[in-house]
Amino acid sequence: MVTRVAALADRGSETERASAPNISVHNLVHRYESRTALNGVSFEVRPAELFGLLGPNGSGKTTLFRILSTLMIPTSGKALVMGFDAAQDSASVRREIGVVFQAQSIDPKLTAYENLWHQGHLYGLRGALLKRRVGEILARVGLADRAKERVETFSGGMQRRIELAKGLLHRPGVLLLDEPTTGLDPGARRDLWQYLQILRDEEHVSVLVTTHLMEEAERCDRLAIMSEGNLVALGTPAELKSEIGGDVILLDAARDAGLLADRIRARFHVETTVLGNQVRIEQEGGHRFVPDVVEAFPGEIQAISVSKPALEDVFIHRTGHKFWSEGGEENSVAN
Amino acid sequence: MATQVTTMARPVIPQATTGVFLPAFTLWLREVVRFYRQTTRVVGVLASPLVFWLVIGSGFGTSFRSGGGPGQQHYLDYFYPGALIMIVLFTSIFTMMSVIEDRKEGFLLSVLVAPVPRSAIVLGKVLGGTTLSALQGMIFLIFAPFAGVHLDPVRVLLVALVVFLISFALTALGFAIAWPMDSSQAFHGIVNLFLIPLWLLSGALFPLSGASGWIRAIMYVNPLTYGVEALRALLYPGAETSFPLSSAMATLVLFSLVMFALAFLMANRRTQSSPR
Repeated sequence: MVTRVAALADRGSETERASAPNISVHNLVHRYESRTALNGVSFEVRPAELFGLLGPNGSGKTTLFRILSTLMIPTSGKALVMGFDAAQDSASVRREIGVVFQAQSIDPKLTAYENLWHQGHLYGLRGALLKRRVGEILARVGLADRAKERVETFSGGMQRRIELAKGLLHRPGVLLLDEPTTGLDPGARRDLWQYLQILRDEEHVSVLVTTHLMEEAERCDRLAIMSEGNLVALGTPAELKSEIGGDVILLDAARDAGLLADRIRARFHVETTVLGNQVRIEQEGGHRFVPDVVEAFPGEIQAISVSKPALEDVFIHRTGHKFWSEGGEENSVAN
Repeated sequence: MATQVTTMARPVIPQATTGVFLPAFTLWLREVVRFYRQTTRVVGVLASPLVFWLVIGSGFGTSFRSGGGPGQQHYLDYFYPGALIMIVLFTSIFTMMSVIEDRKEGFLLSVLVAPVPRSAIVLGKVLGGTTLSALQGMIFLIFAPFAGVHLDPVRVLLVALVVFLISFALTALGFAIAWPMDSSQAFHGIVNLFLIPLWLLSGALFPLSGASGWIRAIMYVNPLTYGVEALRALLYPGAETSFPLSSAMATLVLFSLVMFALAFLMANRRTQSSPR
């Protein structure tokens, strides 16, 4: 109990914490009976960093999330949270993580205060210390004045903020969130991300958040992009986008996209990718390239667009296919 | 400071958990608070025992005027302990449907990722359900004078003990059944298939002495029989019972322990894959 109080009072100086990553994942593999969900994934999350795990459904990010939150044991590889092995020493890892699941974990029949009070007991907090901490964290998520109201009367966005408070109550070093904005309207989504940034800055917690939304991924400090169990890109959103040479040009082929791509490649010596009936080209000075290509293949191109690279382009650049597969069956499997 | 704490905690894994009693207490309290905040559940708990006893007891009472076994007792009186057991059975088992609800929502997940031993989860949930069903059983005792029962304080305490033991055992059984399930329909199926026959063959409706052959054998191994017998012995000191009170009580204690162990084993099974 004494050490617990000490740990709550002070989480150590910045320099101490900056030296080691809060999460480090080494060559993590997870196989279900017939399917490989994680195929050798490695990355690190630094202290007080907002880290995004971006990928379509079925990319393995939920499996990774479950391993980090000690609900599943990986087939091989290591996942360390604050230096503890998630598979070997799950009890220690559980002390160090706050988890917000996609499904609602708060009890709607209880008040905001009661929800957090019960949560504190699960982490060995009690009495005056717990009471103070509940007040503090409710203020942090902007709900101090609603403490005595039942959670069932709250809006979706407010309920999610109580989930955040629940995850952070015991001052974990790491906050894990699984698609936390599912079911929220755009305004509440924006709000929640603002709160995540505030919590990172003021609670000094490393935040790992899974998402399949590009606009959310844009707001992370660093990002790991996953596809089919592999980590296909890692870096800040700006770094990732800058690796694409220049602009992204998309051509809608009038007839066979594959044939058109071959001919463009032969004529202009550029890399092309075929996505359905579209041909995608990454090219510096895209606006100058457009008239050339249209003139070269009259009647072959139905539409053409030029854009600055976005995260989705990073995904296509690395994997060679679209973020959301056309079939869509894959999407409904996981989660 | 933080590094000091982590290096201290590293080698001693058991200390990394919160202990059993605080989390068990908080889960117990949540169960109880949740219950009394749902008015319809409270009304159901208070009204259903009375309706059951009066309707079934009165109906049977006029249909089978003398059952042979119950002797001189009116059937409404004979049925009273069985009705009490039925109330406890249903409340105990059905409160544990909350395990399935907790699993569907994220609450159970959030408890599973907390540094809480599984035994605390089982204890908290089971004691929560036990409290509710024992309470309901005891409320039913208010009608005891109408069933020809006059209790002194010592016997009230003994009845309370029996009701607690049965509630605890059945709630633990409910927990063990509910833990691996993900739909309440499946849970209902199991209840109908096993638990209702268990009650029918407990001496609640007809006495052990009057039963024939294989039915009688089932009744002997049915733990609920000992609950009904113990209650009958306490409520009607003169009534004919098949076992002494002490051995019925001992059986109930054993039943409770075995059921709790079963619930504990179920909760400790490591779920390797299923991404639920």
